[in-house]
Order: sequence, then structure tokens, then C-alpha cells
Amino acid sequence: MKKNKLLFIIFLILYPFKALALIEVDITRGNLSPLPLAVSSLSSSENDRETLRKELDIKDIGLEISKIVENNLKKSGLFNPLNKDAFLQKPDIAHLKPRFEDWALIKAQALITGKVNLQDEKLRVEFRLWDVLAGKEMLAIAFTTVPKNWRRVGHIISDKVYERLTGEKGYFDTRIIYVSEKGPKTQRIKRLAIMDQDGFNTKYLTLGNELVLTPRFNPTNQMVTYLSYFKNLPRVYLLDIETGMQEVVGDFPGMTFAPRFSPNGKKIIMSFAMDGNSDIYTMDLENRIVERITNHPSIDTSPSYSPNGKYIAFNSDRSGYQQIYVMKSDGTKVKRISFGKGLYGTPVWSPRGDLIAFTKLHKGKFYIGVMRTDGKGERLLTENYYQEAPSWSPNGRVLIFYRETKTDSKGEGFSAKLWSIDLTGYNERLVDTETDASDPSWSSLLSN
Amino acid sequence: MFLGFLLSACATQTAKKVDSQIQGDVYTGTDTVKYLADGVPDRVFFATNESVLTTASRETLRKQAAWLRKNPDVTVVLEGHADERGTREYNLALGERRANAAKDYLMTYGISSSRISVLSYGKERPVDSGSNPLSWSKNRRSVTVKAN
Repeated sequence: MKKNKLLFIIFLILYPFKALALIEVDITRGNLSPLPLAVSSLSSSENDRETLRKELDIKDIGLEISKIVENNLKKSGLFNPLNKDAFLQKPDIAHLKPRFEDWALIKAQALITGKVNLQDEKLRVEFRLWDVLAGKEMLAIAFTTVPKNWRRVGHIISDKVYERLTGEKGYFDTRIIYVSEKGPKTQRIKRLAIMDQDGFNTKYLTLGNELVLTPRFNPTNQMVTYLSYFKNLPRVYLLDIETGMQEVVGDFPGMTFAPRFSPNGKKIIMSFAMDGNSDIYTMDLENRIVERITNHPSIDTSPSYSPNGKYIAFNSDRSGYQQIYVMKSDGTKVKRISFGKGLYGTPVWSPRGDLIAFTKLHKGKFYIGVMRTDGKGERLLTENYYQEAPSWSPNGRVLIFYRETKTDSKGEGFSAKLWSIDLTGYNERLVDTETDASDPSWSSLLSN
Repeated sequence: MFLGFLLSACATQTAKKVDSQIQGDVYTGTDTVKYLADGVPDRVFFATNESVLTTASRETLRKQAAWLRKNPDVTVVLEGHADERGTREYNLALGERRANAAKDYLMTYGISSSRISVLSYGKERPVDSGSNPLSWSKNRRSVTVKAN
């Protein structure tokens, strides 16, 4: 009798839980219903394959490029690339004229085919996107590039396919700059690092001799601004990642930090701390004119321009605690926009202009969320022990941020990793990095 | 039963130990403290999100000021720190604010600002790698470091 009752209670408790869990799975997968599509290997001649195998150390360039496309599209959460083992048609023939019934048979709704060959030591790539059910070509593009750019070929194809099928620009031919971390928590060694959006081609830009923080891309070129503790003087620096040239931004008698570029890339906006007070300043990179934007005895930091350059969102504790404010870009009309429970930091304006992403601390948990630019419509996307510093994908669909783990009772087990999540709150993913990582910044599209 | 009793006794002891090391959210222990000279502690501690000096902090800083007056050639760097429970950029500003609170106090006790520089590390250089209130309280600090 007693046993029966217990079983009954367990059943009651478990049942609704299970139902909830199923609904959640339904929402993540069902709601987005990733489109099944087939990415055929790009065909190539045996001669070219052999030449490229020697030059790039890859066995089959066409196959590898198609895998890059599959990986990108799969990670977007919007597409479901089908297993190549099920493909009936050979790549070269499919690219000329697909037998649509064969592709429909394996339930592919779209098909990507292509061809790659060497022409005057350059890679000539063509690809087509096909609507399998309608039996029609949707897109056909050809371009040439140097062989060492072969991974970018996969990213460019991914972007074109994404754009054709969603109506929005892609975000695959992009890079992430971030801070690579290693060593114990009390003596972290930090280096600037840059990698392709999919985690490949990692390069380290500093040696780790000094502490570096918060790198951010110029939205118009491949310049970066970041904070370096070079000679124990924390200052904002400007770095050209093509040439490696760098310089201090401005001549301030104290710490400058929290830098970002203006949308046209011509100004850097940052905080300058002096005598216990941090205010927001800009420096014009052409004429070197420094302008003070805020003048308040509170901490004003983490400034971020709206994409039209007319407004600035920033973080201030002028109300007593960290909150998000918006002002005109000349510093007038300051207005607090965060009014929810908890502390708010790191506002970052979406490249679409309609949303501000932020970090929120409430009851010992950290959240990444978005709100409209008037502060209404707050939506929390993810909760964790510690996470912060969201950065938008150039199309404003995905946020990348970093997350740190809680240490155990011995103070061990610390790690910092990059994560991404869709604006929808779904499709949360660990972003592969060679080392521990933090402070990610997403570049603009490298090609258009 | 016996084991349970032992465990609870242990728990009480740990709780008491923590209690005696944090008062009003400020670390009052000596685990991490170093000394600039005999009886001159090198650091002061702060409450979460605060840069207000406690009575104990002011006493420490008066000792530092006396030591600096006795050693007029010494210059110092005040290193301001925050715990890990805040955003990186805000914590950089908070560390700077904390170090300046200490600097201001040293100056009211006659130490020239030319002998004091300030350096904020935000949350970048914790002394205690733990993820608990006691560890965090040790990390919210301003440390006076001899610069020459």
C-alpha cells in the first residue's frame, strides 16, 4: 500500500516534467524546423586535386569545401545537411543537371552543387543552389580566389545560400577576435587571438607579456581597438591586424578602457578614469581631436553607438547601481532605459538598430539578454553562473559572448569559453577555440 | 547518526570561521595580507560594489601614511581590484575608484600625490581563486605596493 502511494506520487511528479521537457525539445527543433538540404561535394579534375593536395595538404578540395558549407549551415540551426552516403548522383553530373527525383527521394528540399578548378594558379569556383521540389535553379555564382583562401570559399558559398534562402545576409565569411587565456586564475596569461568564425585559422597577435582585454573590430575594416597593460599603463590601443602596427589612442594621464569604434569606423569611444571617476570620451582618428561626452561623478563606461551614429548606449552607476542609459551622441538627453530587477551592464547596440544586448546580474546569476532601445521588451536569452560581453553577428541574428565556470572548494576547475546563441534564445553553442577564451568581438562580413 | 553529528559540527565551525572573517560584507581576516613594515598591513578591503573605507581600512591607511612619512623616498602604487561577480569593464572602473579612495585618505594624512600612483586591475588579478563569498571578499581590495 505504502509503496503504491509512493509510486503514484512519483508518477504525478514525473509526468508533467516529462511533458514539459518534450515541449522544450519541440520548440528548439520543431519551431525552427531546419530545412533538409544536400550539399554535394564540389567536383574537380584529378590533376587539380593532386596539385592542391600538395599545395594545401588536403586530399579532396571539393569535398572539404562542401563540408565547410555543411558545418556552417548546420550550426545556424536553420538547416539540416543530409548525410552524403545517401546521395545517388555523382557531384559532376549533379552540378550540370540534377536528377531531382533522386534528391527528393532522400528528402532534400534544396541542393548545392559546384565545381572547382585551377586556372592560372588561381582557384576558380562555381556553385549552384537548386530547389529540388520545384526542379529549378535558384542561384548560380562563379568567382576566383587564391588557393590559400580555400576555406573562405566555403564560407562565401554558405553566405550566398543563407541569403538566398532566408532573405538576410549571412555571417559565415567573418572572423572573431578574442582574448586567449591560459594559466591559473590568479595569474592568467592573456593574448589577443583571431580566428575564422568556425574556429579555424587561429592566429595569436600578442605574446602574452602584458595583460590585454576587450578587443573590438572596426566595422568598416580590419582594424582593432583593445586595452593593453603595456608597461603597466592600461591604455586603449589601435591595432592594424594586417600590418601588426599599433599605437596608443590619445594622450590621457590615466587609464583608458572599454573602447569601441563608431559605426563609420572614424572614431573610438571609450572610458577614461581619473581620480576615481570614469567618464566617456571619443577620439577622432583622422584629426586626433578628443571630446568629452559625459561629465558625471559616477562610473560611466561600456559605451556603444547606435548603427546610425546618432545615439550612444552606456553603463552608469549614477542611480547607485549599474544600469543602462542612452544619450544623444553629443552627450545630451541622457535617459535611463533599464528598469528591471538586478544590475545591468555591457549594452551593445544591434547592427539592425532595433535592439540592445546586455549582461544582467540578478540574485547571483548572470544573464545575456536583449531589450528594445527604449528599454521595453526585455528578453533574457540565457542564464549561467557567470557570462557577459555579448557581441552581435553582422546580420544581428546571433550573439557571441563568454562564460566562466565556478571553481570547486579547492579553487580549481576554472575555465572561460566562448558561446553563441540565436536572438530567438535557441541554438546555444560552444564556440571552438584552441585555448580558453573571453571577450569575443565579431567582424563584419569580409566579402559582400 | 554519529557521522551526521560530526558533519554538522564541522559545518558550524566553518560557518563561524567565515563569519569571523567577513563583517558587513568586508573581509577582516589576515590570510592574504602582507606587511610593508612591521605592523603596517599592505591592503584594505571593500564591500561588494562599494569603495567606502571601513574603520579598519582607515586605521590600516593611517599606519601606511605614518610609514610613508618615515620613509620619504618611498613611492607606492595603489592597486585596486574587484571580485569576479561583475562585468569586466565596470570592474576596471570600480578598481580605480577603490584605489583612489585609499589614495585620497593617504593624501589627507600628508602624503603627496606625487608619491602615489594608481593602477586598476579590475577582476583580472584575484588573490583567491575560489567562487564563494569569502574568496570574493579577499579579492575586493586595494593593495599598496612599494614602487622603488
